[in-house]
Amino acid sequence: MRKKRYTAKPLPPVELPELRLVGKPLRRVDALGKATGATVYAGDFFMPHMLHARVFRSTEPSARIRRLDVSRARALPGVACVLTAEDLPDSRLITDIPGQTGQRVRKGSEAPVLASDRVRYVGEPIALVAAETPEIAERALELIEIEYEPLPGVFDPIEAMKPGAPVVYEPDNIVARWKIRKGDVRAGMEMADLVVENTYRVPFVDHAYIEPEGGVAWVDERGVINIRVSTQVVEHFRSIARAVGVPHNKIHIIGTMLGGGFGGKEDITVEIFLALLAKHTRRPVRLVYTREESLIAHSKRHPFIITHRTGVRRDGRITAAEIEMISDAGAYPYLSPYVLLYAVVMATGPYRIPNVRVDGVTVATNNPFTSAFRGFGGPQAAFAYEQQMDEIARALDMDPLEFRRINYLRTGDQTATGQVIESAVWLEETASRALEALGEKTPDQGPVKIGWGFASYFQSYGRITWLHDTSQAWVGLELDGTVVVRSGIPELGAGQVNSLAQIAAEVLGVPLEQVTVYSTDSALTPLAGTSTATRGLYMSGNAVLQAASTVRRVLLDRASKHFEEPPDNLDLADGRVFVRGRPEESMPLAELVRMCAAEGLPLSNLALFKAPFTDPLDPENLQGRVFPDFTFGAHAVEVAVDTETGQVRVLKNVACHDVGRAINRAAVEGQIEGGSFQGLGYALLEEYVVKEGRPQSVTLSEYLIPTSMDFVPTKAIVLESGTGLGPFGAKGIGEPPLTPVAAAVANAVADAIGVRVRELPITPERVLEALKRAS
Amino acid sequence: MEPKLITLTVNGHTHHVALKPNVTLLHALRQMGYIDVKDGCEKGDCGACAVLLNGRAVNSCLVLAWQADGAEVLTAAGLGTAEHPHPLQEAFADVGAVQCGYCTPGMLIAAKALLDRTPYPTEEQIREGISGNLCRCTGYAKIIQAIQVAAEKISPAASPAKPE
Repeated sequence: MRKKRYTAKPLPPVELPELRLVGKPLRRVDALGKATGATVYAGDFFMPHMLHARVFRSTEPSARIRRLDVSRARALPGVACVLTAEDLPDSRLITDIPGQTGQRVRKGSEAPVLASDRVRYVGEPIALVAAETPEIAERALELIEIEYEPLPGVFDPIEAMKPGAPVVYEPDNIVARWKIRKGDVRAGMEMADLVVENTYRVPFVDHAYIEPEGGVAWVDERGVINIRVSTQVVEHFRSIARAVGVPHNKIHIIGTMLGGGFGGKEDITVEIFLALLAKHTRRPVRLVYTREESLIAHSKRHPFIITHRTGVRRDGRITAAEIEMISDAGAYPYLSPYVLLYAVVMATGPYRIPNVRVDGVTVATNNPFTSAFRGFGGPQAAFAYEQQMDEIARALDMDPLEFRRINYLRTGDQTATGQVIESAVWLEETASRALEALGEKTPDQGPVKIGWGFASYFQSYGRITWLHDTSQAWVGLELDGTVVVRSGIPELGAGQVNSLAQIAAEVLGVPLEQVTVYSTDSALTPLAGTSTATRGLYMSGNAVLQAASTVRRVLLDRASKHFEEPPDNLDLADGRVFVRGRPEESMPLAELVRMCAAEGLPLSNLALFKAPFTDPLDPENLQGRVFPDFTFGAHAVEVAVDTETGQVRVLKNVACHDVGRAINRAAVEGQIEGGSFQGLGYALLEEYVVKEGRPQSVTLSEYLIPTSMDFVPTKAIVLESGTGLGPFGAKGIGEPPLTPVAAAVANAVADAIGVRVRELPITPERVLEALKRAS
Repeated sequence: MEPKLITLTVNGHTHHVALKPNVTLLHALRQMGYIDVKDGCEKGDCGACAVLLNGRAVNSCLVLAWQADGAEVLTAAGLGTAEHPHPLQEAFADVGAVQCGYCTPGMLIAAKALLDRTPYPTEEQIREGISGNLCRCTGYAKIIQAIQVAAEKISPAASPAKPE
């Protein structure tokens, strides 16, 4: 960095409507239940006469199953059921995005529920056991006999693309390709004074939520298979129904509070096994993964190899970008095509670049399968584009912020796919504030070199617009004036449910404690879509706002007759309806509710919120709208690099994001503080090591996530432009805080030692290697 | 080996339970209904199952139930209830230290053990005190803040954080 101190760019004037409850850091409605240990999670549910399940998994990354014999396991006293692929009506599991429309957008997105003749990764499920006790189930696993015939495997996406490479599944290892073609890259490169080319690499990483996957299922008197499970997606009931061989309306998902998900509980986990076992045994069944099983069985974040070739003029203007992205899809597609799409769409970073060519490919290997993880391709893309920006600034001998300022997107600009950004684009505002908060630079101390680094980013919120996303919510009043919200949205821990409560309380003028939210039930709460893609607040928040506003109109229309005032002169707050400016003319809300009820007026409403709908884009050029909108922000750090040991310490750690509008200030800060810590782990600690397809990081003492001692807590700076598409102008802040962090750390390390580590994690070994290369 | 009858006093309630020698305190407590004791790894890596055993914080997955025979156990639910929360529980809820909540019971136990021996902890001491408890949601910032808030509430008199 060039400067010793940065000054925040003044914010443009913003007028945010006055709100009573929205924005306040109120105690979340789910907080005290969790803090007193009263919250019941998926693994905490026990039923009478319940069986205990285990999964028998492949120990080979690529093999034919020559013989599978479960007879001894079946014969073990206390074993109720052993299932293999032979026992399933249809062993194919759809791994594509569950859309609310039920449309499937991609062919071939399937994985076997249980492998029959072939295994493609270590951990692939082969058989299920249900027994009277966990010990008997464990013993039954040991009695399952299997003989593998090892087949050649492929463990590197570049190797997997070569002719003659082992084919993971037919027809070839290319899972998906996406391309961006904008302008004329050749001409753009010719206009450049300088072309900078670099390659960046990121590894497998794991979500490492503290709650392992789990649940319990039972068949009821209607023949409905009820599944109480920790999931981000209740809509998986459709895929489960198909695989189990029952109609959609015979699967009932009862989602619990999640003990963390971060995308790792976006794909189906235990629920399909539970459904099969409950159906076969007609008894309640419980299945909870051990930590080791969790680390082996669920998806990983995609490793990427990203090469940037960027043309730039001496005055700092970028003329062209050519970007190649290769990701490792692992053994089955799951969401790999979409993660790649996100990475490709965000590959250039939030910059005005007239000529862009991006080629992305995701490739099957015999590694663990890869899928959603907070940021969904965004952090991988940012790790590359934000280091590339620093490398260009250095080549031009410019300050990194000054260089970015020349190229930052602005409102009204088009992204690389030609999508016009209509909301506020506070890139310089956020980056300059994060840098300002670093204060004065700490001086070097002998071999310990100090560096500053920052990264800007953009990250979509809401789903791909051609998935035609919708969300429903029901809001109603009880006769005592309390409020009920029903929404299918899962509570991931980020405060999804509280946001809905806070919005309903605001609109209907009741204290937050008087709102009860029922959520995450595929049968009893209106389907609201997934808790993924930073869509919860945007989609369900708007649905609740719509429903609550409709109820509010009914109330005020009735009150208007009573007070003989136009509805606009009336307001609701603190459980009362009153005349604006004359609060003494008021009545309790409960009285008004009873008045409405006596006249048969509707005191509830079911609303459906629709995101913008578009048609799918041509994958050969991706020109058009892909997302509803984007969140913008920055992360900045000061690091100390010990040039003798290679150790990197984070001394200062600041995040600044424009969240549009904070619905609950403390919850927003919590997302930023927590997301950025995951980013710091990604930068400096985390790697899920896989050797020839065999996972090596299968405990939390081998897979290291940040502890309280590893990094200084994040200072969160929350800006509110009020321009988002969410309720009250909110943008989304679930995924974004993670996205820029690893790049910021990498830039700070390079600033400290003058050489760059282009691969994650930035371990002491890699730092020392880089120093050696430089000297 | 055959089960043995052991005595555990959990959150003030005395239980006599017959357990085999290989049952961990974690599983024993959960079987007895203390499901606020969370199972996160069963290897002592995550701290979600922490309880106070005769006043000392332990990972209950690393203690055999037989070893706790006759002991007093306190779980997070034993600290307080929604109606009468412990200052730590209240502070965790108020400042936003609770997100998914899965690490929270163990975190509260670590915090309680810390404040029992160090009523006026510095930020560094708090970070050290909860270093055996993993949280993947919060980045620890608000957990540290909550423990500071609770410390001041529990022992207000000589709190060094308080301006004179």
